[in-house]
Amino acid sequence: MAASNGQRTLTMAQAISEAMASEMERDESVFVMGEDIGSYGGIFGATAGLLDRFGPERVIDTPISEAGFIGTALGAAAEGMRPIAELMFVDFFGVAMDQIYNHLAKNTYMSNGNVRLPVVIPTAIGGGYSDGAQHSQCLYATFAHVPGLKVVVPSNAYDAKGLMIEAIRDDNPVLYLFHKGIMGLAWMSYFEGATTQVPEESYTVPFGQARVVRPGSDVTIVTLSQMVHKAQLAAEDLAGRGVSAEILDLRTLVPLDRDAVLTSVAKTRRLLIADEDYLSFGLSGEIAAIVAEHLDTLHMEAPVRRLAVPDVPIPYSRPLEQAVIPQVTDIVAAVEELVGSRVTA
Amino acid sequence: MRCTPEEALWMYETMLVIRKYEETMVKVYMEGKLPPHIQKGLAFDIGSGPVPGEMHLAAGQEPVAVGVCVHLRDDDTVVGTHRPHHFAIAKKVPLQAMTAEIFGKATGLSRGKGGHMHLFDPAHKFSCSGIEGASMPPACGAALAGKKLGRDSVAVAVLGEGAANQGTFHESLNLAGVWQLPVVFVVEDNGWAISVKKETATAVTSNAARGAAYGIPGVDVAENDPLAVYEAAGEAIERARTGGGPTIIEVKTHRLLGHFQGDGEVYRPKEEVSGLRELDAIPAMAARLRGESIADDDLLSEIDERAERTVAAAYEFARTSPLPEPAEALEHVFV
Ligand SMILES: Cc1ncc(C[n+]2csc(CCOP(=O)(O)OP(=O)(O)O)c2C)c(N)n1
Repeated sequence: MAASNGQRTLTMAQAISEAMASEMERDESVFVMGEDIGSYGGIFGATAGLLDRFGPERVIDTPISEAGFIGTALGAAAEGMRPIAELMFVDFFGVAMDQIYNHLAKNTYMSNGNVRLPVVIPTAIGGGYSDGAQHSQCLYATFAHVPGLKVVVPSNAYDAKGLMIEAIRDDNPVLYLFHKGIMGLAWMSYFEGATTQVPEESYTVPFGQARVVRPGSDVTIVTLSQMVHKAQLAAEDLAGRGVSAEILDLRTLVPLDRDAVLTSVAKTRRLLIADEDYLSFGLSGEIAAIVAEHLDTLHMEAPVRRLAVPDVPIPYSRPLEQAVIPQVTDIVAAVEELVGSRVTA
Repeated sequence: MRCTPEEALWMYETMLVIRKYEETMVKVYMEGKLPPHIQKGLAFDIGSGPVPGEMHLAAGQEPVAVGVCVHLRDDDTVVGTHRPHHFAIAKKVPLQAMTAEIFGKATGLSRGKGGHMHLFDPAHKFSCSGIEGASMPPACGAALAGKKLGRDSVAVAVLGEGAANQGTFHESLNLAGVWQLPVVFVVEDNGWAISVKKETATAVTSNAARGAAYGIPGVDVAENDPLAVYEAAGEAIERARTGGGPTIIEVKTHRLLGHFQGDGEVYRPKEEVSGLRELDAIPAMAARLRGESIADDDLLSEIDERAERTVAAAYEFARTSPLPEPAEALEHVFV
């Protein structure tokens, strides 16, 4: 981490805690709670340093009671507080799901907009290190499927900070899902590309704006989170084989930047969706449907292709896990197949 | 209720197997995780080595597992936690297949699909979960089934004192109380839920006392002593087996290691950690066996060597077993 000449590099974990700290500084109503977010600093480092700076009144270790403390966040938010309630792994949402999808997601609507619930729920997603079926899921599409929840999935430290500040300031509930494999943790191999320069001052990244990570002309790879980095490695490989891939990082699922998908696909006329969530009824189907609904104006060269976890829980054993989570080589192979295939008239 | 010499010896030997198993795991787990095999700047890579993923060891908590399981039969059910090895071993889950599972091998209990936090052995009625608070409802279910089927089997749910704040705790105690289920809830109070101290997370000092709210007897076992656990669990299991309904037992035990391997334990006072070894129940049990003339030095070293061999054989089996084929990942979503 170099000095403050604007050249400072942060890990995603550092960027997230910096974003929380700056908002806590700015706004007394912001507080953080969750399991092991205090002296531990969050299992994935997203709240590191906050307890020392803001004390136990604003950085609260909770009992293992997710339904209790997420519901508490909701209740406090309804009174004008802005709670950040971290859930250690997204996989643990099950025990609190009612508070999330029946209450956090619906009370604003059922009150005709009269109840505001500015709650941020940061949580860790993703596998790749053999943590088994209950600790490796992504599940962002599950939340995106329920109306009333904004869903943010950053892929790098710059976005992570700006999206977190945006999330805290948003008057609606925001699920903020960070992939463990890009947090820059000392105990996990990670994609270093996620550790980026991050301005010291506060800034926001607006929701609903996808980012072209790499421009290209032959195929669009729509992706997000850690898969952005796998897609970049694949694109480099493909470039060596004469295939130019454009990578689109969605950054948020709700709101979803449909225009960015359509604009890119209109240009490249081929689409691969690379996703670490389950295949069926999820993100990849949604993006494919958006394209299908515009086939009157889009002139596709090839059918849409999807890469995702093939509807199995994430297995523990390494070769099994590596087989079900899309890898760089899978992206390369899928793109090559796409470039070789044709839509028949 | 007093344990027989045979039971005492079984408890001692099983504690030794568990301890040696966990101590071996401490070393094996770190294999391949340290530099220079891995990217720069990393302390270790959790995903590398023969045993990837998280690893929660139960060293120090052996007395709870053996003091409970000594009373159990093969047809009794145990549902464990994310820290499952000690109870799995005490419930007689085959050590070789269990170890192979933790290595992700094709010879494992689940051919590598489950892993360290998800051990399933229906033959010995053992299962566990990586989700806190998840052990109690299935144990109630096993107890309900046993009752409906007219068996005299019992079910045991294991949980940490941290998990006792989860909603399932209260719902399960109520179900067990209102249906008078043959179930025993065993709370392992090691004082910590990762970095969160019991006092800061639990509104009452004793989870056993919470049984009163549901009309269930609660028993506190104040020290990490296999014989004290033996007595409390023996009574509870006997009561459950003979139609007397559920019990909640909380045992004050000790987590000798970090929450998981690699945990720097910045939150835990150093004195506490160094003091724990003096409270170790295993040498204390050996001294007692000797003092009561249940075992002499020869027998103790024979037991030690046998435990050593058992553990070594399990790791050897796991290491030399083949990995599953990648295509197997697609099997068994349904049966
Ligand atoms: C529902 C749920 N919430 C959080 C976690 C993360 N977690 C794993 S172990 C643990 C602490 C458990 O403490 P305790 O129940 O006292 O058992 P111990 O680890 O001390 O054996 C936590 C919070 C989880 N696995 N499941």
